[in-house]
Amino acid sequence: MRVSFVLAGSLLVLVGLPCAHAAEVNVAVAANFTAPMNVIAADFEKDTDHKAKLAFGSSGRFYAQIKNGAPFQLFLSADDETPAKLAHEGLAEPASQFTYAIGSLVLWSAKPGFVDAKGDVLKSGKFTKLAIANPKTAPYGRAAIETLTKLGLLAAVESKFVQGENIAQTYQFAHTGNADLGFVALSQVMKDGKVTEGSAWVVPAEMHQPIRQDVILLATGRGNAAAEALLKYLRTDKAKTVIRSFGYGF
Amino acid sequence: MGFSAADLGAIWLTLRLATVVTLLLLLIGTPIAWWLAHTRSWLKGPIGAVVALPLVLPPTVLGFYLLLVMGPNGPIGHFTQSMGVGLLPFTFWGLVVASVFYSMPFVVQPIQNAFESIGERPLEVAATLRASPWDRFFSVALPLSRPGFITAAILGFAHTVGEFGVVLMIGGNIPDKTRVVSVQIYDHVEALEYTEAHWLAGTMLIFSFVVLLALYTYNRKTKRA
Repeated sequence: MRVSFVLAGSLLVLVGLPCAHAAEVNVAVAANFTAPMNVIAADFEKDTDHKAKLAFGSSGRFYAQIKNGAPFQLFLSADDETPAKLAHEGLAEPASQFTYAIGSLVLWSAKPGFVDAKGDVLKSGKFTKLAIANPKTAPYGRAAIETLTKLGLLAAVESKFVQGENIAQTYQFAHTGNADLGFVALSQVMKDGKVTEGSAWVVPAEMHQPIRQDVILLATGRGNAAAEALLKYLRTDKAKTVIRSFGYGF
Repeated sequence: MGFSAADLGAIWLTLRLATVVTLLLLLIGTPIAWWLAHTRSWLKGPIGAVVALPLVLPPTVLGFYLLLVMGPNGPIGHFTQSMGVGLLPFTFWGLVVASVFYSMPFVVQPIQNAFESIGERPLEVAATLRASPWDRFFSVALPLSRPGFITAAILGFAHTVGEFGVVLMIGGNIPDKTRVVSVQIYDHVEALEYTEAHWLAGTMLIFSFVVLLALYTYNRKTKRA
């Protein structure tokens, strides 16, 4: 009796569980969300037995790739326009779209004490290079331009711009010190609610249009258990705590 | 449609970069090729391998190390800062330095092959006629290896025009300074401006084909002659 129970149990573990539940989802993730998504995906895999395979990059490139048949089922964009565009073109599920995080922009330097609490270093002009993400393709780059425009400094600092292709490269320019200042995502320099390295000015939210980051289920993800589970998982308190600890709002 | 001002700026910058790099490489590459062709030193293997590295390395490796080495904490960065010229990444001259490394094998190898195919004999004959070493180089070796130099110049130029990965990593996409044609195409594609991308990409395709066609036609003619 007991032996057959154990046998049946282990059979269930060996054969039944992986087949019955575990599915795999390929997720396209905006570069600025790299750090939190790695944490969330690890939690998700532990909590649900599903597998999440993550690819990081710029939202514009993902859009082009998804349009051309890239095998992603879920798309965490850095904006709300790209997912809407995909939905409009029939490549994603319109009803599934929601804002998983609102991004914060930060003026950051790898040098401690270089950026003051009000960002006055921008006015002083005492820097040689200012890294921003390509404003044509990256929402954080657009937000940086809006902020500089509002400060009336755009014309003064434009000649010092160096552009990263996405926010990850922009951060890398600033992190290696090749650019002494950079407008990057707060999530890249924040861990557990604190800026851990260098010096930073967190740009007040009213300086630019809110950076709404939306997720959407792609048409190829319809009926994919893992994709739908991860979509739901992003709304759980556990995921939200992680997201908030990296400096995002809701 | 056609080219925007930004596209034309990128084309002009690319041509300028490729010209400067080709001239520099002919100056630097010729002595290296000469040495590689004539030395019996054990260093021939290692130096030849270093010159050929960019043929097999992904541009990301070169771009990554150049960014670190030329950055504020790298040796070249320290040097350029102490010379008062600032940092090289994100500047035209930074791209020049990177491209010189990146296109080196395309210039050194054809010249080295040309020197090697001349052999020692014509130089020895010239020496018995009391030609000085410089005279031997300029009046014998150089004219005889002309096809090698032309191949080297064309390949060095074309390869620099076609550079992308290294520029993307150390360029910073600055109009008229580091935004070369290949990066401009990438930007157009990222921004879904496919018409603009086609114009530049198509031009590059035709340019590259014509250059290589001219090179191969020339090489066939000189072989027959």
